[in-house]
Amino acid sequence: MNLWQGLAPSQLIVLAVLVPFVGALLVAATGKKPNLREAVTLVTAVTLFTVVMGITDLTLQGTPISLHIIDIFPGLSIQFDVEPLGVLFALVASFLWIVTSVYAVGYMRGNNEGNQTRFFFCFAFSISSVMAICFSGNLLTLFVFYEVLTLATYPLVTHAGNDAAKQGGRTYLGILLSTSICFLLFAIVGTYSLTGTLEFKPGGVFDDTHNKAIMGLLLVLFSFGIGKAALMPFHRWLPAAMVAPTPVSALLHAVAVVKAGVFSILKVAVYVFGIDGLSELTATDFVLYMAAATMVIASIIALTKDNLKARLAYSTVAQLSYIVLGAMLATTAGAIGGAMHIATHAFGKITLFFVAGAIYTTAHKKLVSELDGIGKRMPLTMAAFTIGAISMIGLPPAAGFISKWYLLLGALDVGQWVAVIALVLSTLLNAAYFIPIIYAAYFKQEKAGHHDTHGEASLPILIPLLITAAMTLLVFFNPDLPLALAKQMLEVSP
Amino acid sequence: MLEQHLAVLPILLPLMAAPIVLILGRNALSWGLAILVSGLACFVAWQLLAATLSDGVIRYAVGGWAPPWGIEMRIDTANAFVLLAVTAISTFVLLYSKESIKKEMDESQHGLFYTAYLLCLAGLSGILITGDAFNLFVFLEISSLATYTLVSLARDRRCLTATFRYLVMGTIGATFILIGVGMLYMKTGTLNMLDLAERIHAYDSSRTINTGLAFIMVGVSIKLALFPLHAWLPAAYTHAPSAVTAFLASTATKVAVYVMIRFIFTVFGAEHVFEDMSMDWILMVLAIVAIFKCSYMATVQSNVKTVLAYSSVAQIGYMVLGISLVSATGLMASLIHIFNHALMKGALFMAVGAVFYRMGSVDIKAFRGLGRLMPWTMAAFTLAGLSIIGVPLTVGFVSKWYLVTAALEQNHWVVAGLVLAGSLLAVVYIGRVLEAAYFQQPDEGQADVKEVPLTMLIPMWLLVLANVYFGVDTSLTSEAAKHASDLLFQNSDAISALMDSLHGPTAQAVSETSGLTGEVLQ
Amino acid sequence: MNHVLDYYNYWIVVFLMMSGFYIVISANNLVKKIVGLNIFQTSVFMLYISMGKVSGGTAPIVVEGVTQYSNPLPHVLILTAIVVGVATTAVGLSLIVRIKRAYGTVEENEFENKDDAI
Repeated sequence: MNLWQGLAPSQLIVLAVLVPFVGALLVAATGKKPNLREAVTLVTAVTLFTVVMGITDLTLQGTPISLHIIDIFPGLSIQFDVEPLGVLFALVASFLWIVTSVYAVGYMRGNNEGNQTRFFFCFAFSISSVMAICFSGNLLTLFVFYEVLTLATYPLVTHAGNDAAKQGGRTYLGILLSTSICFLLFAIVGTYSLTGTLEFKPGGVFDDTHNKAIMGLLLVLFSFGIGKAALMPFHRWLPAAMVAPTPVSALLHAVAVVKAGVFSILKVAVYVFGIDGLSELTATDFVLYMAAATMVIASIIALTKDNLKARLAYSTVAQLSYIVLGAMLATTAGAIGGAMHIATHAFGKITLFFVAGAIYTTAHKKLVSELDGIGKRMPLTMAAFTIGAISMIGLPPAAGFISKWYLLLGALDVGQWVAVIALVLSTLLNAAYFIPIIYAAYFKQEKAGHHDTHGEASLPILIPLLITAAMTLLVFFNPDLPLALAKQMLEVSP
Repeated sequence: MLEQHLAVLPILLPLMAAPIVLILGRNALSWGLAILVSGLACFVAWQLLAATLSDGVIRYAVGGWAPPWGIEMRIDTANAFVLLAVTAISTFVLLYSKESIKKEMDESQHGLFYTAYLLCLAGLSGILITGDAFNLFVFLEISSLATYTLVSLARDRRCLTATFRYLVMGTIGATFILIGVGMLYMKTGTLNMLDLAERIHAYDSSRTINTGLAFIMVGVSIKLALFPLHAWLPAAYTHAPSAVTAFLASTATKVAVYVMIRFIFTVFGAEHVFEDMSMDWILMVLAIVAIFKCSYMATVQSNVKTVLAYSSVAQIGYMVLGISLVSATGLMASLIHIFNHALMKGALFMAVGAVFYRMGSVDIKAFRGLGRLMPWTMAAFTLAGLSIIGVPLTVGFVSKWYLVTAALEQNHWVVAGLVLAGSLLAVVYIGRVLEAAYFQQPDEGQADVKEVPLTMLIPMWLLVLANVYFGVDTSLTSEAAKHASDLLFQNSDAISALMDSLHGPTAQAVSETSGLTGEVLQ
Repeated sequence: MNHVLDYYNYWIVVFLMMSGFYIVISANNLVKKIVGLNIFQTSVFMLYISMGKVSGGTAPIVVEGVTQYSNPLPHVLILTAIVVGVATTAVGLSLIVRIKRAYGTVEENEFENKDDAI
C-alpha cells in the first residue's frame, strides 16, 4: 500500500532519511510546548512508516530504488540502494518507533524526567541514521551512518547526566568507537584495497582470485568490528547502556542499535562475501563458534542477574548471536532465519523492555526478586511479558519460533552440530531465566511488608506493550511479509 | 602587469605592510591592514593553485636574474596547496585575534603583535615559494625569529622560558640545515634546488652529500617537531597567546613538513633517500612512536592547550608516516593531512582561546559546565574534536582513509592497524574535555560567563564548517594533493632515470644538456 | 699527518662546532647558552668561507691582470647568515633581560624550580 505513488522512487529514500531528521528539528523548535512537541514526534513517526510502506511495496514489485548523493573519495560515494533486508529492518524500526514514542511520552512524564526535548530530538535523529543504514548502497555509506548512530545515541545513553550515566557512556562509546575504528574501518579499507570496490553485490564482491586467508581475516575483522552486534568479548557496551531510560533501552538497544549491528553483519555476509563464498572460508567456522559461545555464556550470565534490565540486556546479547550464527551457517535457511530473527526478536524484546519500564514507573521495582505476586496487580502487563518470554524461548504461538525453526533447519542442513547444540542449550537457558519470573509474578504471594497500592500501568505505557505483544503473536500466524522479504534477499523464489 | 609578479606577492605584501603596521601602532587600522594583506595573500595563493593545476609549474626569477645564478621562485602544486592553507588560516586567525589578544597581551604590545605576525607570514610564504636552498634558510630564520617574538608576547612569564628554549632549539635546527646546504654547495657549486638535483645525481654516492642529507633531515626534523626532537613544542604552544598558538600550530610545523618533502623528492630524489639511506624505516619508526607516545602524553595533561600541543606532535607523526611509505598515495595522504590538520587544529586552538578569554585559564577544571555556558564554543570544540578522532563526514576521516589505504597498498598491514589504534587515544583526550564541559557542573561564581564576541566566534565556526565541508566534498583537496604528489614523484623518478641513462657524465656536461631536466616532463 | 694538515680548516670547524654545541646543551646560565650558540654559528661561517678559498686565488674584486679569484658566493651567503645570527642573538639577549626581570635569575636550574612543571 503506497501512499506516495506520485513520487519518484529515489525521492522515497530522501524522505525516509529526511522525515525523522526534520522531525528532530521541529521537536527542538517546539520544545517549550510539550504537547505540541509530542504530537510532532508522533506525526513524524507515522509519516515515516507510510514512506517505508511505500518503499516496501516497490521492492516487492521488484522496482529498483537508488540514490547517489556525493562522491567523498574519487570513485567512492555516499550511495543509497534499497534491497529486501534493508526494507525488513526499516519496516520493523519505523513501526516500533510509533509505538515507542507513545510509550516514551508515558514513561518520561510518569518519571518526571528532565531534558525531554533533548531526548526526543536525539531519538528522532537516531532513527534518521537507522534509516540511512537500512538503505546504504555501499560499505562507506554504511560506515558513515553507523558512526553517526553511535554518536547520536550517546546523549540518550547518558541522559541522566550523573556519574553512573557518564561511566556507562564511556563504556558504550569506548567499545563501539574502538571496534568500529580499529576493526571495521580496517576491514573496509582492506576490502577496498583487495577488490577495488565497496559496493554491495548479491553473491559477494570477492572472486576466486582473492587470497582466502586475507578474506578470512577480513571476515573476522568485520564480525568483531561491527561492535553493535555484541559478539563477545565486545559485548560489554550493551549492559552498560542500560543506564539509559527504558524507552531508549527498548527501541534503541533492543531494536535499532543492536539490529543495525546484526543487519550489517548479515549484509556483509550476503552482499560482500556471498553465502557461497562464506562456506569456503575457515574463518566462517571461527566466527560461528564465537557466536555459539556468546549465545551460551551470555545466557548463563543472564541467569545470575537480579536486575531485570540487566537480565534482558544479556538475553539480547545471546539473541543477537542467533542472527550472527544464522549468517555464518552459510546456507539459505540460516540466512533466512537470521533475517527473520531481526523482526521476531525485535517484537518480543521490545515487549519485555516495555514491561520492565512499566514495572519501574508504576511499582518502582527494578529487581527480579521483588516481582513476587505482581501478576495479580498488573495482569495485562505480565501477560505481555509472558508472550515476549515465550518468543525468546522460541515456542509457538510466538514469533520467535519461526526464526528458530529456520536456524535449526539451516544448522542441520550443513551438519553444524556446534550450532545445533548451542541453539538447544540456549533455548533451555532462556526458559530457565524467564519462566521463574512469570511463575513468581502470578503464583507467588507478594512479600510481606510491601504495601503497594498500584494497579496497571498508565495507558500510554500499557497500550504500546499490548500492541507489541499482539504483534509477536500476529507474526507467528502471518509471517508472509517478513518471510517474503527475507527470501527475496537471497533471490529464492517464495 | 601584476600577473607577472603574482608569484612573489605573498612574500612582498606582508613584508611591506609590517613596518606600516608598526608605525600605525595599536590602532584598529593596523588590524584592518593586516587582514587586508593576509586576505590578498590568500587570494593570490588561490590563483597560484589554480594556475599550477591547469598550466604547470610557475617559475619566477627574482630581479630578473636567470637561475641558477639568480634566486628563483618555483611554485608547483605542492607548495601552492600548502600556501593556500597557510594564508587562509592566517586570515582567519587575524580576524579572531583582535578580541583575543586584548585579554592576553598588554595594550602596548598589540602593534608589535601584528608586525611580528606579518613578518612571520612573509617568512612562511617565502619558505613555500622559494626554489633556492639558501634562500629557504633565510626565510626559515625570518619566520622563526618572528615566531619567537610572537610566542614571548604573553603575560604569563613561562612564555619567556618557553620561547628561549624554542629559540635555542630552533636556531640549532636552522643551523644544521645551513651546514647541510653548505655541504651540498661544496660538492655541486649551486644552490638552486633543481640544479642541485641534477648535479647530486651525477655522483653515485658521496659521503659529503650523504652527510649534507643527514644534517638537513635532522635540522628539518627539529623544525617540524618530529619525535624525539619535539621538546620545544609543548611549552611553546601552551604558554604562547592563544591566537599565536592557533596560527603556529596550523602553519609553522606544516611548512617544515613541506620543506622535508621538497628536499627528499625534488632535491635528493626518493630513491636515494629511501633506498640508499634507509630513511623510510627510520622515519616510519619515529612516526609511529610519535603517534603513540605523544597521543598518550596528551591523555594525561591537565592543561588543555598542552593536550592539543601533544596531539599536534602526534598528527605530525601521521604526516611523516605518509612520507615514509614512499608511494604516491602515501605522499598524497601527507599533503592532504597538512591541509586538513591546519583546519582541525586551528579550530581547536581558537575554541580553547575563547575559553581562556572568558575563564582566564585553560586547565581542564576551567572547562566544567561550559557546555551550557558557552554552547557555541564547545560545539565548535566538539566538532573539531570529532574531526581529530576521525569520525566520517569530517576532514580527519579523509586523512585517515588515505593514510590507511596507502599503508595497505604497500602491504604494511601492521602499520595500518597502528594508525587506526592511534585514533583511540584521541577519543580519550578529546573525550576528557567534552565530559568536563557537558557532564560537570560549573564552579560557583562562574554563572555569569557568556559566549565570546562574534569576531572570535565567526572565524572559529568558519574553520569548523570548512572541516565538515572538506570532509564531504574532497574534490579540491584530493585533486590538488594527488596532482602535487604525482608531480613530486615524477620529478624524483625523472631525475634518477635520466641520470641512470646518462651514466657517468661529469657535472659540467650534465648542466650543458637539457638544463633543468625536471621540467622536461611537464 | 697530511690528513690533518691539509684539512686544518675543517678540524677548526669541527672543534668550534662541537664546543659551541656542548656549551648550548650543558650551560646553566642562559647568557652562556647564547654564547655557545654564537660559537656554533661561527663554526658554520668558517666552514663556508674556508671552502670558498681557491688555492692561489685573490680577493674577489676585479683587478687588471688577475685571473684567479676566490669564490665570492660563500662570502655573500655568510654575510646573510651573520645578520641572521646577529638578529637571533639580539632576540635571545632581550629574552634574557625579560627573564631576569620576571624571575630574578638567569640560571636555568633556578627558574625551572620556580614554575610548575608543564
